[in-house]
Amino acid sequence: MEEDVRLMKGNEAIAHAAIRYGVDGYFGYPITPQSEILETLEAEMPWETTGMVVLQAESEVAAINMVYGGASTGKAVMTSSSSPGISLKQEGISYLAATELPALIVNVMRGGPGLGTIHPSQSDYFQAVKGGGHGDYRLIVLAPSSVQEMADFVALGFDLAFKYRTPSMILADGIVGQMMEKVVLPPARPRRTAEQIAEQCPWAATGRRGGRKPNVLTSLELDSAVMEKNNERFQRTYSEIERNEVRYQEYFTDDADYLMVAFGSIARICLKSIEMARAQGIKIGLLRPITLWPFPSAEIARLSRKVKGMLVVELNAGQMIEDVKLAAAGTDVPIYHFGRMGGIVPNPDEVLAAFMKHFGNESQK
Amino acid sequence: MKEEIIIAGFGGQGVLSMGKILAYAALMDDLEVTWMPSYGPEQRGGTANVTVILADSPISSPVLDSYDTAVILNQQSLDKFEGKVKPGGTLIYDPYGIHRPPTRTDINVYRVDAMEATFGLSNSKGFNMIVLGALLKIKPMVPVESVLKGLKKTLPERHHHLLPVNEEALRLGMSLVK
Amino acid sequence: MTRQDIIKPENLVYEKPRLLNENHMHYCPGCSHGVVHRIIAELIEEMGLEEKAIGVAPVGCAVFAYKYIDIDWIEAAHGRAPAIATAAKRLNPENLVFTYQGDGDLAAIGTCETIHAANRGENIAIIFINNGIYGMTGGQMAPTTLEGMKTSTTPYGRRVDLNGYPLRITDIAAQLDGTCYVTRQAVHTPAAVRKAKAAIRQAFKNSMEGRGTSFVEIVSTCSSGWKMTPEAANKWMEEHMFEKYPLGELKNTVK
Repeated sequence: MEEDVRLMKGNEAIAHAAIRYGVDGYFGYPITPQSEILETLEAEMPWETTGMVVLQAESEVAAINMVYGGASTGKAVMTSSSSPGISLKQEGISYLAATELPALIVNVMRGGPGLGTIHPSQSDYFQAVKGGGHGDYRLIVLAPSSVQEMADFVALGFDLAFKYRTPSMILADGIVGQMMEKVVLPPARPRRTAEQIAEQCPWAATGRRGGRKPNVLTSLELDSAVMEKNNERFQRTYSEIERNEVRYQEYFTDDADYLMVAFGSIARICLKSIEMARAQGIKIGLLRPITLWPFPSAEIARLSRKVKGMLVVELNAGQMIEDVKLAAAGTDVPIYHFGRMGGIVPNPDEVLAAFMKHFGNESQK
Repeated sequence: MKEEIIIAGFGGQGVLSMGKILAYAALMDDLEVTWMPSYGPEQRGGTANVTVILADSPISSPVLDSYDTAVILNQQSLDKFEGKVKPGGTLIYDPYGIHRPPTRTDINVYRVDAMEATFGLSNSKGFNMIVLGALLKIKPMVPVESVLKGLKKTLPERHHHLLPVNEEALRLGMSLVK
Repeated sequence: MTRQDIIKPENLVYEKPRLLNENHMHYCPGCSHGVVHRIIAELIEEMGLEEKAIGVAPVGCAVFAYKYIDIDWIEAAHGRAPAIATAAKRLNPENLVFTYQGDGDLAAIGTCETIHAANRGENIAIIFINNGIYGMTGGQMAPTTLEGMKTSTTPYGRRVDLNGYPLRITDIAAQLDGTCYVTRQAVHTPAAVRKAKAAIRQAFKNSMEGRGTSFVEIVSTCSSGWKMTPEAANKWMEEHMFEKYPLGELKNTVK
């Protein structure tokens, strides 16, 4: 079959990828800069083709609870929003994690706090990877840096969510959401049948077919001894995810004297500044975490023993740098942060200037 | 081959869609391409700009601070982007509404009277296609055929009757560059 | 008639529905929840919907509804049951989907979800237990608490100048184009129980037939919260609650 190459925005790619993955339901509320996801789905009318349900909810809170309801019946369901809306969804996300429900949440980040700005930001890193809602839980967090990854991570996010029975999040930013690029859309596949869902999700609330025992989806457990067992089970799942699902991409790290660490679209800006530096003979490498949780700590630890210095570049005041420092604990490699806030995106020259400020003298020896 | 372009003007001048048409043309030519708009309320009446990068190898940053080519359609954008054209680069501007023309001498400056030319067009909405025609005459980064192919692919079937008008505007733009 | 005669199978006049399990209910003596649970269990059995039923439980006294009725359940976050039911029904249109909610859950924290699910005409049944008080958390004011009624957060009685008016949300639901059936019932007498059962049967039937949103309010007592005996609570309900929340059908477009 010929590849289906299109030119589209990251937000549009998510919508198309969702239909092709065989997602059963999308529930969302408009907010810039991600409204094209809902708009594209409404325009595509997948209920006429795949039978996918698309619904504009009355609020972000309602949308995440619709996701909770759909996921409880074993369906592949998702929602998307941007930072302030994701804050509103946090209660629901905690409930999804506690009830061990698979679902996909997309956050196309904008600058905060508060209403903040509609422009790109990565200031929800802590919220996403440290558990934005209450209780001891983790989210699988995927950070796309291209429109292609926006499309691909829909399938990856759902596959991981169903494999581990836990929600996953695509943590994008306004750049990958709004940017158009070439994208190869995944082949379309049918939605799962009721029988396939019953086999894959024997825990789902579908009605007691065949007189089986009732399935009750709840996060409530008042017996502390039982609740602790539940917590231990969650933690075992998280450990397994940490063992199996770390993903990252490296650029020029083989001969690197210095390392930049950046995720999402900002990693591409770093890559451009690294190309500029290498033209001057300065050997910088780049590590781009693809999973922000689980975090590629082992690889960063390995590289931290190899390089003379590290620069963490983020669109925030310094969030991922805490995980980088934890990963590099025990080495005395200097680690600095460069970030812009408020929706300002640094250009490659600025990133390179930040690097030179810290490492300029020694790197040019 | 790599071409880093900024197109900037008022919202409503067709800045974003002109960039989109160029991006589609590059797609038809099997080039790599990124299209990164300014977005938000500024699309509706304020200034709008879009960064388009075409290359024959993967593109790293979609966000830039200096450009090979700037297409400038209002004074604010000229003030903002004239200094960001790389030395030896190209600046194309429409003088309509511009009272302080560009002054740099280390870049190639082209004046294209596109707005004035729209008055002779059968469809007054062809402004951005005139500008695109001029851009492609000055910097032939993609053939006109690819633009037309891209337009056909992106325009909904019901708008296909507008294809000849668009081609007319595109060719008019090319003829404006002497 | 001896005791031995009475318990002979041929003399059986009532038995616990099979779907109502052996778990001891945590409800207080005199509470209306037990009766409404029984009605729901009976109806699901009688209507043959055991393999189709998905209940959505609230946060409130009925949070453990799923422990007593042996069907599939989803336990909702506080107030969100109609949103959860919306997705469950849209994604499983052949199922019976109903919510079971109290006055705090449905008419305070969940007002937004309630109104919008009903306004969209989701094909769900909403069972609304209105006893005018927060039972589970210890007797605080509810949106439906009557004027002058004492609760732990209105210790001198509800004052409308401070706390606003009792909310007749069922009347609002009846105004919405998405609702097909809106009724207000009670379960304090055998006759009332029979009527309430007929109402919930209609609501379940509407969900199965995709007629729109059905909204069944059950005006209820809370003897613990009201600090009354069950009998006195029933009397007080008749005298005061029914004045503000009169029983009867508010809307039925399915006839």
